[in-house]
Amino acid sequence: MQGEGRYVLGDPIADTRAPDSPIGDRWSDRKFSARLVNPANRRKMSVIVVGTGLAGGAAAATLGEAGYHVKSFCYQDSPRRAHSIAAQGGINAAKNYRYDGDSVYRLFYDTVKGGDFRSRESNVHRLAEVSLNIIDQCVAQGVPFAREYSGLLDTRSFGGTQVSRTFYARGQTGQQLLLGAYQALERQVHAGTVEVHPRTEMLDLIVVDGKARGIVTRNLFTGRLDVHLADAVILCSGGYGNVYYLSTNAKGSNVTAAWRAHKRGALFANPCYTQIHPTCIPVSGEYQSKLTLMSESLRNDGRVWVPKERGDDRNPNDIGEDERDYYLERQYPAFGNLVPRDIASRAAKNMCDAGHGVGPGGLGVYLDFKDAIERLGRSAVEAKYGNLFEMYERITGDDPYERPMRIYPAIHYTMGGLWVDYDLRSTIPGLFVGGEANFSDHGANRLGASALMQGLSDGYFVLPTTVADYLADAPFDEVPEDHPAVQEAVDAARSRIDKLLSANGNRTVDSFHRELGQLVWDQCGMARSKEGLEKALDRIPSLRAEFWRDVKIVGTGDGFNQSLEKANRVADFMELAELMCIDALHREESCGGHFRVESQTEDGEAQRDDENFSYVAAWEYAGDNQPPVLHKEDLEFSYVHPTQRSYK
Amino acid sequence: MKLTLRIWRQASPEAKGKMQSYTLDDVEPDMSFLEMLDVLNEKLVLDGKDPVSFDHDCREGICGSCGMVINGNAHGPQQYTTTCQLHMRHFNDGDTIDIEPWRARAFPVVKDLVVDRSAFDEIIKSGGYISVNTGSAPEAHAIPVDKVSADDAFDAATCIGCGACVAACPNGSSMLFTAAKVTHLGLLPQGQPERQTRAINMLAKQDELDFGGCTNVGACHEVCPKGIPLASIAQLNHDVLGATLAGARSD
Repeated sequence: MQGEGRYVLGDPIADTRAPDSPIGDRWSDRKFSARLVNPANRRKMSVIVVGTGLAGGAAAATLGEAGYHVKSFCYQDSPRRAHSIAAQGGINAAKNYRYDGDSVYRLFYDTVKGGDFRSRESNVHRLAEVSLNIIDQCVAQGVPFAREYSGLLDTRSFGGTQVSRTFYARGQTGQQLLLGAYQALERQVHAGTVEVHPRTEMLDLIVVDGKARGIVTRNLFTGRLDVHLADAVILCSGGYGNVYYLSTNAKGSNVTAAWRAHKRGALFANPCYTQIHPTCIPVSGEYQSKLTLMSESLRNDGRVWVPKERGDDRNPNDIGEDERDYYLERQYPAFGNLVPRDIASRAAKNMCDAGHGVGPGGLGVYLDFKDAIERLGRSAVEAKYGNLFEMYERITGDDPYERPMRIYPAIHYTMGGLWVDYDLRSTIPGLFVGGEANFSDHGANRLGASALMQGLSDGYFVLPTTVADYLADAPFDEVPEDHPAVQEAVDAARSRIDKLLSANGNRTVDSFHRELGQLVWDQCGMARSKEGLEKALDRIPSLRAEFWRDVKIVGTGDGFNQSLEKANRVADFMELAELMCIDALHREESCGGHFRVESQTEDGEAQRDDENFSYVAAWEYAGDNQPPVLHKEDLEFSYVHPTQRSYK
Repeated sequence: MKLTLRIWRQASPEAKGKMQSYTLDDVEPDMSFLEMLDVLNEKLVLDGKDPVSFDHDCREGICGSCGMVINGNAHGPQQYTTTCQLHMRHFNDGDTIDIEPWRARAFPVVKDLVVDRSAFDEIIKSGGYISVNTGSAPEAHAIPVDKVSADDAFDAATCIGCGACVAACPNGSSMLFTAAKVTHLGLLPQGQPERQTRAINMLAKQDELDFGGCTNVGACHEVCPKGIPLASIAQLNHDVLGATLAGARSD
């Protein structure tokens, strides 16, 4: 394996605690074997939940309903604003309402295959099973899913599948599901079981006698550092896509909670598995602060092309048919414009790298609806995509009915995250991880409409069962606030803030974040090579040192200070970026979102290496500037047998 | 473009605020309004001055974090558009732009353009939900919902909780916000058992907080980035009247 010297090989992970029964029985068996807690004892036990997105909001509400004392935290000003709210497309469930051959097993199969055979079968099967309960639960809460005239639920198709199993609420499915979870959460606040702490950011995990027992937080209004203690801690703090600076994530999305837990002993799995979405609005200038996704459904009717002539900057409407290269249709005649996300993204990059890109910096390709408008009529196209076209025009000022859209890939989701076993336990007892923050269900590539499914599965159904099993041994001995482990965590958080404030250098936080993001995007983005990753790994430590020396933050830590909040998050991205590149360097194969240029087939497609890399790479933190330790969890495929994907 | 910005600066909730002028010389028409403020803030930081605080997160018009009064209009000049989705091409070279926080008694200023909207969570807490515990739901198709009701419920459910309605209302009323949730849940069969108590509890909570009363001005609907129908308020009044006649009482 490459990158030796940059990491150390540790012991393999022997047990993921999944029951040893046939795959269809595992979750039932686990639920039955999970210990229960007497309802009268539950209110004596406390649980901390960090994050209020689909996973965190649903877990906090459900544990509250069960009667535990729950403390819920989010950095936003209200739990209703967590970034799950921005998901557009939909949520998968194996209801088979269409009678089109769908089943729990097929959803399981599609998800394992879509993840390019790098996920754990037991977890994925459970996800597919639980998908049925999620739709029931959300409907009962009043989530206004799209319906047909019969009054029954509508579904649509999504990428990577041949059945119609995606439930949706116009282009705002994430919003409606999140508001359902938020309302369930507020109901528990009213009932007195849940305390919500908005505008409160977790800065460290408190580990006492080997168990996760609490967190250190900063109140973003007042700057006050507080200690919150509990019998168990659940992190549902989202993904780390903002390591790239430009992403479709919310500006505040960050890795801090997960990273600090990693530094306290939780393994971090597969950090190099990141998902790049092919249809986003391209960057328009230096000042660009984030990227906006345009739904994947546009590729059903839009045709992707670039000018055949390099650097052709004419108005696209003046470029004749014979001067256009419809490269997806040319390279992938069977799937054409509907190839999966990773393939469409890489093809766009290749075209732009070869000088055919359009728009500022040559970083864009056309997505053209001219033929669809001619074929279907403008009103039919408007009925299907009107809201997306409006959003595009609002942002770019161009009218997509008259001029082809410009699109470019952007980072959108991270499959990697804290390592968890079947029960969603991290390697620190008492620390559970749900939603995008864990690594568990999507392997090396996530299928569309599966993120919402996983968040709610973990939050409503899995965590409440497995956390209860853990709490069957609680309540644990009370931890005094002056316990040395507590004080050490508080002191570490405080000295870090003081250090950031005292640098008083010459560069803004954003300028460092942009530089880091560009570096990671160039070397650990759509295509990765040994040479590029080595280059990034040589640069990141020096950039990190410059950051600590030269960052400029105005103001103090005692009060509302948004620059300080950002700096604190960017500092963690600076460390995560290095682990991502080490992981990408060591994984000398291409799989899903991870494309190593050295590992491709003769015709330029991703080449997996199942013999050597059919494992989860779980990394242990070994100290500042020490090489991390790699623990391998071998993946076994007893039900879905690995094949090479082909879309030609 | 060259712009003059006059921005509300207020160091803390207790401090006295004032409008302060800044000039920006290199504003691009393709910048979003918030990116324009990012550029200003970068300059302020490099000059050792406190950057302007403002709430924002998704920058896609859906999380409801952002919101400022721009030249007297909540979320600025473009209809159905949150501040983060407003772009500078809607302004002209040489313009002076006034930027202020939401101004409402129920939303105290935290710092500069940031206000405390936790009163909205209080309203939802008082009854903005259907009381169903996890795991107790019937099969989804056991509850058919006619398409018209489902679509109308959806229209009300798109509220992002940004607070523009309160900021635009001369009375500082949260009626449209409360009505949106009452309408969303009240139009669905699942929401019927608690329909009356929900309406009166949420209205009572809203009155107890620092929001003003509704006098049917309609400014809330005009500034709403999601176009929540004004008819939701009629629905709320209808449900409250029905509940009162039926003898329901708030908690």
